[in-house]
Amino acid sequence: MRTGIAVKDLTLAYGDRIIQQDLTFNVEPGDIFVIMGGSGCGKSTLLRNMLGLETPTQGDVQYDGESFLRASAPERRLMRLNWGVTFQQGALISAMTLAENLSLPLELYTSLSAQERKELIDLKLSLVGLGGYESYYPSEISGGMRKRAALARAIMLDPRYLFFDEPSAGLDPLSSRRLDALIRSLAESLGATVVMVTHELDSIFSIATRAIYLDNQTRTLLDAGTPSELRDNSEHAVIREFLNRGGERSLTSNKEAP
Amino acid sequence: MTVHPASSNPAAHVEQTNAGLTITLAGDWIRANTLPDFGPLIAAMQRANAVHLCGEGINAWDSSLVNLALQLHREGQRQGIALTTELPPGAEKLLALATSVPPIATKTVDTSLAARLAAINPLGWAERVGRDVASLFEFIGALLSALASGIAGRARVRLTDLLQMAYQTGPNALPIISLSSFLVGLILGYLGAVQLQQFGAGLYVANLVTVGVLREMGALMTAVIIAGRTGAAYAAQLGTMRVNEEIDAIEILGVSTMEFLVLPRVLAVVIMMPLLTLYADVLGILGGGIVASGLGISPLQYWTQAQSSLGLDHLLVGLFKSVLFGALIGIAGCRAGLNAGRDSAGVGRATTEAVVVALIYLIVADAAVNILCQLLEI
Repeated sequence: MRTGIAVKDLTLAYGDRIIQQDLTFNVEPGDIFVIMGGSGCGKSTLLRNMLGLETPTQGDVQYDGESFLRASAPERRLMRLNWGVTFQQGALISAMTLAENLSLPLELYTSLSAQERKELIDLKLSLVGLGGYESYYPSEISGGMRKRAALARAIMLDPRYLFFDEPSAGLDPLSSRRLDALIRSLAESLGATVVMVTHELDSIFSIATRAIYLDNQTRTLLDAGTPSELRDNSEHAVIREFLNRGGERSLTSNKEAP
Repeated sequence: MTVHPASSNPAAHVEQTNAGLTITLAGDWIRANTLPDFGPLIAAMQRANAVHLCGEGINAWDSSLVNLALQLHREGQRQGIALTTELPPGAEKLLALATSVPPIATKTVDTSLAARLAAINPLGWAERVGRDVASLFEFIGALLSALASGIAGRARVRLTDLLQMAYQTGPNALPIISLSSFLVGLILGYLGAVQLQQFGAGLYVANLVTVGVLREMGALMTAVIIAGRTGAAYAAQLGTMRVNEEIDAIEILGVSTMEFLVLPRVLAVVIMMPLLTLYADVLGILGGGIVASGLGISPLQYWTQAQSSLGLDHLLVGLFKSVLFGALIGIAGCRAGLNAGRDSAGVGRATTEAVVVALIYLIVADAAVNILCQLLEI
């Protein structure tokens, strides 16, 4: 049964340095859920902990009611079958062509024939506007194309959950908006729940259905809600200011926080 | 009280009134001028309950002025004294920016001899070494498990990767292996010739070179070169993949990094090392032959004498070492690469570590095999 993602009392730390503490929130099925906050607040670290790439100091992350952090390696592998992840730089395997990159999850988890795999790869690359780029290496295409190819790889197995770490980082505004539209369109079509780390206001307001704000002064989750609610009604001035003015807030944030 | 600098221009006048202390600044407050000493100004603050910093007489200013204002502001905060300022608008803005986020507590480092001696902590060092050795065995265990999966046909080892790595490790290294092994044979020949000629046994240069190259130097020198060339390349490749989050992506896809990345690399170097060593042996013996010809030994005599010492046991010991060295180079390179940090400096550190650790492994393993051979009388 799909109940979404539940993050419970998660504390993230590097050695003795606490990054965020006591994070508790739910991502409902179908949400496009944005983790936002200023630079260095631990957004990407939270995502990496949710994905099991780093281990939290305490707390739990549950997917559809099952604990991921307490799951055995084979159980984790099964749970990851429902995930599609894209990283900041795309993280395509540089020694493999786009087709080989996209083929990897199919070879691992399906018994499709080579022809069927080829057709599916063609479909997914076409979905992200990269039809015909099968034999290109990641180094032969632009940064924006790499991100779209990574998105194609992420949706190869029609995942229930899609995770994005700063998808618009390094892209021009037009490419960023196109990528946002593509993510929203694919998520809706696949019925996927999206968790996205970003601090780009345009992305937040154009696609997020819900958002949380991580504060880098208090090292806690300050508030959660829809982006508009948070901008207009959050009791925390720092969030209202972040959503109204973005990066301009950073130097004066802790003075003006309630 | 007026504090005048030696070269006049910027000046600070301090006046005590009922309302508090007023510091009036005048002149050109720029770095190029000699500024008044801040010490007396800050000291004067301590007797006041409120301080006003007035800059109405300032003609020109740069960060020096803002620096003074910030120092007074910090002192005011420490003493609980209210500081008001009346500076040029730009300086006011900079002061507001500089004071908007309070500085974090300064990290203090104890540099005393006692603290440094305590930091050495031999037990901590031993613990780190212990952890490192345990992690090495864990890595080897995971690698053997991946190898078993590979043999059973369950592992995801890409043949193209294996062939590409083997090509980079083997044929691409032939020029440098040729040069080094030929010269090692030559050096061994000269070394032996100098000693053996004293006893009229110059002909035995052939035996010395043949046994030395087959048993020891062929494998060792090849391994040293491959450690610097291939081991470092493995660390750089995997370290860069770590920085680019490719390894994270592979793990998320559920692919074993041990099977997908490490196994083909280690297998490539393990397969190519004995072949390169055999090639190095031939060139080493040839290098010794050049020295022998200089001693008046004919090529036929040299070859006949070399054949007499060309035992299969020497050859097999050398080849066994080459396989072992290959595995150690692969392990050191891949382990360093996978453990690289997530920044570009981490790749550099991983590359250095791959070579240094591989050389240590080689020396320790070589000594261990030699002792074992001695015990087994091989």
